[in-house]
Amino acid sequence: MSDATVILDGVRKSYGGREVVHDLSYRLSPGEVVALVGHNGAGKTTQIKMMLGLVRPDGGLLQVLGADPAQGRHARQALGYLPESVQFHPSFTARETLAFYARLKGLPAQGHDALFARVGLADAADRPVRGYSKGMRQRLGLAQAILGQPRLLLLDEPTSGLDPALRRELYGIVADLAREGATVLLSSHALTELEGEAGRVLVMNRGRLIADGTMEELRRLAGLPSVLRFRSEAAPRAGTRIGDHWQVELSESEKSAALRAALDAGARDITLEDPSLDDIYAHFLRREAA
Amino acid sequence: MTTETTSFALPAATRRPTMPTSPVLTIARRELAEGLRNRWVVSTTVLLAALASAIAALGSAPTGSTSTGALDVVVVGLASLTIFLVPLIALLISHNAITREAEGGTLLLLLSHPLSRWQVIAGKFLGQLGIMAFATVIGFTFAAGFVVWQHGTEGWQAFGAMTGASILLGAVFLSLGLLASASVQESSTAAGISIGLWLLFVAIYDMALLAVLVAQGGHAIPGWTMDLALVLNPTDAYRLLTLGEGSSAMLSGMGGVFDNSALTPGILVGALVLWCALPLGLAMAVFSRRNL
Repeated sequence: MSDATVILDGVRKSYGGREVVHDLSYRLSPGEVVALVGHNGAGKTTQIKMMLGLVRPDGGLLQVLGADPAQGRHARQALGYLPESVQFHPSFTARETLAFYARLKGLPAQGHDALFARVGLADAADRPVRGYSKGMRQRLGLAQAILGQPRLLLLDEPTSGLDPALRRELYGIVADLAREGATVLLSSHALTELEGEAGRVLVMNRGRLIADGTMEELRRLAGLPSVLRFRSEAAPRAGTRIGDHWQVELSESEKSAALRAALDAGARDITLEDPSLDDIYAHFLRREAA
Repeated sequence: MTTETTSFALPAATRRPTMPTSPVLTIARRELAEGLRNRWVVSTTVLLAALASAIAALGSAPTGSTSTGALDVVVVGLASLTIFLVPLIALLISHNAITREAEGGTLLLLLSHPLSRWQVIAGKFLGQLGIMAFATVIGFTFAAGFVVWQHGTEGWQAFGAMTGASILLGAVFLSLGLLASASVQESSTAAGISIGLWLLFVAIYDMALLAVLVAQGGHAIPGWTMDLALVLNPTDAYRLLTLGEGSSAMLSGMGGVFDNSALTPGILVGALVLWCALPLGLAMAVFSRRNL
């Protein structure tokens, strides 16, 4: 995997004696959409800042787009970054703002209409950012981040405070970029929405990587039960009564048999819930604490 | 595409659509545009023009039968105004150049682009110097125009030199303000430091110097000590540079200091340039080392 966009090998960083990133090793490849998941203070933003060269690691090897990010500024040429709750100078229009960042990336300042259309700002491009809503600022932030087809896209909490429609649009753009070969790393603590969007999940806790894999792998690793709820007069073989519902915890292999049995017993109002990413995350945290 | 003067295709190099501009110039341009948007350029220019015109109108009135040009008289008044006002304006513009970006949440985004941190400082400095130079030249020219219209152009060289020196003084305090801004976390801290610097260089330093001279009880202190004391304060260097020679020296009373001093205009300009370069270099170094 010499073509990895990001390589971390034993990366450490502490602030004032407190270790925020502890012996971290992983690789990100082109075309991957990777979710960096963890609590506030799990070290997500620190990792992103290290990849941007804003913070130097105390030890270990860190390579971004084939270079040490703290050394050369040229690696940042092919890098897009969307900070958490992005801000822009309020008195400039979106078009002026984008022109400024385009010039900094060495791109032509004009001719980004297609980009505005892509993020849904075509009509608002000539209005000052002052009057923008949070969602519109985020759209402009995304336009800025994907200027010039970056090979690595770092999105810090890109969906916090966005409405569901915009969230879906954002993930659509992310998927497009990944299909074109970009590596996308997005940090989040809203795990459930990552379902189906991120091909790989890195679970962080207090600066340590505690799980790394696809959503299915994590689900299997966690071994958490699915929960079947239904209403029925007859009591099932196993299960607990909660209010006027029965609740049964099932492993993957028991699911179909239990469902058939419940239907035969005349069950109504049936719901079957697989463990969500939130549950899986909580499970890994519990395991870590134990 | 519309011209058909030649049938040969242009060489590839000249057909390049846009030359990528240096990040320094991009940031400088942005700083200028920001200054225009938030009315800094306009208000500074108007303030300087109004005060300079007032001094010109009052100062050039009693010309009498002296052999000095009216512009020379104005130089003395304007230089005294500049010593107070230009450092203040420069510090106001520059003290939050970096902290403002940090507080507005735009600093990380800016630094995630392919640029070095010293280029951010250099770009901000250039843009702000543009604002200061514009305001000074327009403001002072406005005043000079009034005098020239009334009394003729005599003394314009001194006036031109004074304008240049004023821009240089502005540059010194811009770089001091940038150093404050690059070193601290919050704008309010940087503002406090800037007020301190202003008070020190504009008021306290000279008072302290005077106190030392009085305490010496008339025993002359060595000339080189006095020279050193004067170049160690950029406003004193500016005062000596603009008022030390020619007709304005006689009018301002600075001639006596200048005549007893080994400081030439060249040395004084050099001192001011150094006063500008050192804090700027320090600001770049400090900012490059900071964890953000």
